[in-house]
Amino acid sequence: MKFDTPAGTNPIDQMKIVGRPTDRIDGPLKTTGTAPYAYERHDVAPDQAYGYIVGSAIAKGRITRMDTSLARAAPGVLAVLSTLDHAKPLPLGMMNIAHLFGGADIAHYHQAIAFVVAESFEQARAAAALIRTDYARDKGRFDLEAAAPTAPFEPTGDGPDAKDIDSVGDFASAFGAAPVRIEQHYTTPGESHAMMEPFATIAAWEGDKLTLWTSNQMIAWSKGSLAKILAMKPENIRVDSPYIGGGFGGKLFVRVDAVLAALGAKAAGRPVKVAMQRPLMANNSTHRPATIQTVKLGATPDGRLTAIHHSSTSGNLPDGKPEVAVQQTKLLYAAPNREIWMKLAVTDLPEGNAMRAPGEAPGLMVLEMAMDELAEKLGMDPVELRIVNDTQVDPAKPNRPFSERHLVECLRTGAEKFGWSRRNPKPGQTRDGKWLVGMGMAAGFRNNQLTKSAARIRLERDGHLTVETDMTDIGTGTYTILAQTAAEMMGVPLAQVRVILGDSDFPASAGSGGQWGANNSTAGLYAACVKLREQVAQRLGFNAADVQFADGQVRAGNRAVPLAEAARGGVLTAEDGIEYGTLDEQYQQSTFAGHFVEVAVDSYTGETRIRRMLAVCDAGRILNPKAARSQVIGAMTMGAGAALMEELAVDKRFGFFVNHDLASYEVPVHADIPHQEVIFLDYPDDKSSPMKAKGVGELGLCGVGAAIANAIYNATGVRVRDYPVTLDKHLDKLPSWT
Amino acid sequence: MKSFTYERASTPAQAAAAVAGRQGAKFLAGGTNLLDLMKLEIETPTHLVDVQDLKLDRIEKTEKGGLRIGALVTNTALAADDRVRRDYGVLTRAIVAGASGQLRNKATTAGNLLQRTRCPYFYDTNQPCNKRKPGTGCGAIGGYSRQLAVVGSSDQCIATYPGDMAVAMRVLDAAVETVKPDGQTRAIPMADFHRLPGDHPERDNVLEQGELITAVTLPKPLGGTHIYQKVRDRASYAFALVSVAAVIGKDGAGRVAFGGVAHKPWRVEAAEAAMSQGPRAVAGQVFADARPTPDNRFKIALAERTLASVMAQAKG
Ligand SMILES: Cc1cc2nc3c(=O)[nH]c(=O)nc-3n(C[C@H](O)[C@H](O)[C@H](O)COP(=O)(O)OP(=O)(O)OC[C@H]3O[C@@H](n4cnc5c(N)ncnc54)[C@H](O)[C@@H]3O)c2cc1C
Ligand code: SF4
Repeated sequence: MKFDTPAGTNPIDQMKIVGRPTDRIDGPLKTTGTAPYAYERHDVAPDQAYGYIVGSAIAKGRITRMDTSLARAAPGVLAVLSTLDHAKPLPLGMMNIAHLFGGADIAHYHQAIAFVVAESFEQARAAAALIRTDYARDKGRFDLEAAAPTAPFEPTGDGPDAKDIDSVGDFASAFGAAPVRIEQHYTTPGESHAMMEPFATIAAWEGDKLTLWTSNQMIAWSKGSLAKILAMKPENIRVDSPYIGGGFGGKLFVRVDAVLAALGAKAAGRPVKVAMQRPLMANNSTHRPATIQTVKLGATPDGRLTAIHHSSTSGNLPDGKPEVAVQQTKLLYAAPNREIWMKLAVTDLPEGNAMRAPGEAPGLMVLEMAMDELAEKLGMDPVELRIVNDTQVDPAKPNRPFSERHLVECLRTGAEKFGWSRRNPKPGQTRDGKWLVGMGMAAGFRNNQLTKSAARIRLERDGHLTVETDMTDIGTGTYTILAQTAAEMMGVPLAQVRVILGDSDFPASAGSGGQWGANNSTAGLYAACVKLREQVAQRLGFNAADVQFADGQVRAGNRAVPLAEAARGGVLTAEDGIEYGTLDEQYQQSTFAGHFVEVAVDSYTGETRIRRMLAVCDAGRILNPKAARSQVIGAMTMGAGAALMEELAVDKRFGFFVNHDLASYEVPVHADIPHQEVIFLDYPDDKSSPMKAKGVGELGLCGVGAAIANAIYNATGVRVRDYPVTLDKHLDKLPSWT
Repeated sequence: MKSFTYERASTPAQAAAAVAGRQGAKFLAGGTNLLDLMKLEIETPTHLVDVQDLKLDRIEKTEKGGLRIGALVTNTALAADDRVRRDYGVLTRAIVAGASGQLRNKATTAGNLLQRTRCPYFYDTNQPCNKRKPGTGCGAIGGYSRQLAVVGSSDQCIATYPGDMAVAMRVLDAAVETVKPDGQTRAIPMADFHRLPGDHPERDNVLEQGELITAVTLPKPLGGTHIYQKVRDRASYAFALVSVAAVIGKDGAGRVAFGGVAHKPWRVEAAEAAMSQGPRAVAGQVFADARPTPDNRFKIALAERTLASVMAQAKG
């Protein structure tokens, strides 16, 4: 189905099942521990052997010698793979720059250099420790701050439109002439996805056919990548990933667990399972790159922005991409003059790549702090400053409107519900015993991306429906919203729909990433359902145009037939997908939020404790408010981590992230997260898809870090521009406790 | 993890002899620290002597009016004991500020005292570390040292003792009772139990090979207000950046020990005379010889401010 004109009224608009706060249909499996995650699929292949990964001990250089003889001779060992078995690195998968295995060169710390397969996990681990490796170290580039001044521009935009500096109007003159100005520098650190389930795969060969039971967000990408890396025909690879214990972008790509399980299974002549050891997770895989950012804002005394500069420098391995921290600044606020650029330094730290809300997460942490600083300088309420600068069109292309944009309503609703008027605009004034109390807010913004997505739906003989797509549920509620979509379209109760996901033999979906999963995958299923409705109507002798599907019946005029009747003569199967026209070129499609936070800072110790958080979200039709709320509060929690504690600490001598386990890379615990509230505005977006939904899974993270930091400033009067805002950064400037 | 052999001892003397008699043998209590370190091959014992059957899991009154805490009393049981809660509140507060409920159910009194540092370079076997592998150098000096020691450190090691319980025991003047392989017993004052790193950071404490902890004794109750304040980046389930254990009387006089700042619970008795002059006077003396790194210099101010908070709480 091609979606190239705005959606009219359709069966989803009935909202009998879609739009309801439905419990997750996979919830009981999760809460009883019976959802089979990749490493636990003991039944899929017999006689599984265990793999253990060895990571490089240096960050940059070469392996000069590796002795695996002791490991090979160790009890239970079935195979030992060495990176030196390959003259050069295995080909790259899609969208990655760090080679996963092969060759003597070391490009980053904990790069996989060997893999031991044994009868038991303990034997594999013990043997792995017997491998002796000698290295020749090279001097690496591990210090972003040192590399930043000479880093080259990274053009923004695509193809011939790409420019070093994205300018609109004349920034320099407008900024110079602006009556009120701020100019500040900020940093955000590298962050680790730190998902609960590590990378994990079971691999089995049958002749030249390979099956991988794994944990991956993007099944079609990973099948394609595996074909490249392993030099295989795609049709000989099957990838299955029905349950994923968190990914946050870390599992968008094929990781070394899948590659080594496949190679190890071949070498051992048996199925092999592996879960990446936790201490390897941070340095072996990808992370959110650190940034150094500058924002300059010029405004008139009434708060109208006349000039915006936003620049960001990040680092990556050669041929890597930058963290696009300036992305939102092109679209969030009206300002006739703007200047936006990025620079990219070459560093020899592990690969930087997508982590939940790439670009906007660190970009808004900075831009929205700068807006807070400007509001203070203007003597203006921070909410009003954002409202005054709202735009309903793409500021660079004024004839290109937003499809739906209700940021102002998000902010006004949030301010009212949160009790924003009680905030003292003068920082450092509000006390509750020893606590310094403050409120902060920020705007949230994240684009809505349209990508094609397909699904198959079957009407079984007993009237049940089966949905099959390679779409993934990374804990987001995808099973449930797909079931809701099919139930709504076919007029059956939710319990009559079975959803099977994550198998590369199924039609290719959008996958889970970039908050595009929900809207696109349900729209793809919508298309398949439209086809199935036609088939049903035809089989039952209805004129397809005026049939209704409701209460398990197919109806037109006075005639009603049970849906199951249509499958009496045989199962009906329909497969289709959604493809998009140019609506996202004609209209800017984005999602918006107002974040409000109250914090208390211990005036003695400088510890920050969040007291309450509110997000008001404008993200199209909300398909399942319960699942969407879970997404948003999870993202707000991640934002709390980013604002208060998360930081991959770099050892600039040895070139690695030092705090590479969950004891030392701190993410929020329950005690850090008090009251969270989410309000969804109800603005279905008919330009986004027949579902009229948009993404919401990342929106909750966008801006919340700045809202927290702004609240800390309001509490203390100390502005910390280097995230995370840990106590050591403001301790000596806090107001006295007496 | 290296292969090892395992036995369960039934008496303290037998346990001590079993460990003394074999090179590379170690005691195993709750296993919450030792087993983690073995999986990473930071510790590589060849033989484990499990002490769980030694019946050292009681808390009894001593003749001097204090308490004797068996080496195997769990953190959960110790923190919940009515006598401890009533008379040694600082100890209960310190214990419940540590780890998680599940860990405290397994963790024992002796094992907790002997938990090893959380220095990240100690935990990464690719990195130099004099404590893990004597003579390889110290990765943390000149590296990422935000968590590490500001006082009492050496050019060989700047690790901290990471635990909470021992800081409270230090302020209470507890003593560690042991039995040696030859049957001799001794009581080691908590002040002398943990070592400073000096030239031998591989040695955390003064125990000899095969010397078994049987109990920790607390002197008779001190009275006063008992406070343990632990400062960290997240609200729970993290090791202390700085902690303060204090027992403070009505007159403002009292005792104070610091956690998270040194290779042992850090208490400078002489500085306690300055309690009436306020936190600055005390901290000035306690940290007079501090040698912080650029990463952890803030801990000195933080320790003083945390002490100020504790003193304010004691005033009520
Ligand atoms: C995730 C995590 C978070 C934690 N957070 C904290 C925290 O915030 N604060 C805190 O204080 N602690 C914390 N801990 C540490 C925890 O308190 C210790 O792991 C625990 O107390 C160790 O006790 P155990 O009985 O399990 O010792 P084991 O692991 O069994 O033994 C530890 C050591 O003691 C030796 N040993 C044991 N018994 C005896 C004996 N009777 N005589 C002589 N030697 C003996 C063993 O040989 C070994 O060397 C944390 C641990 C983890 C895993
Ligand atoms: S501080 Fe001590 S424990 Fe840490 S690396 Fe140095 S020697 Fe090892």
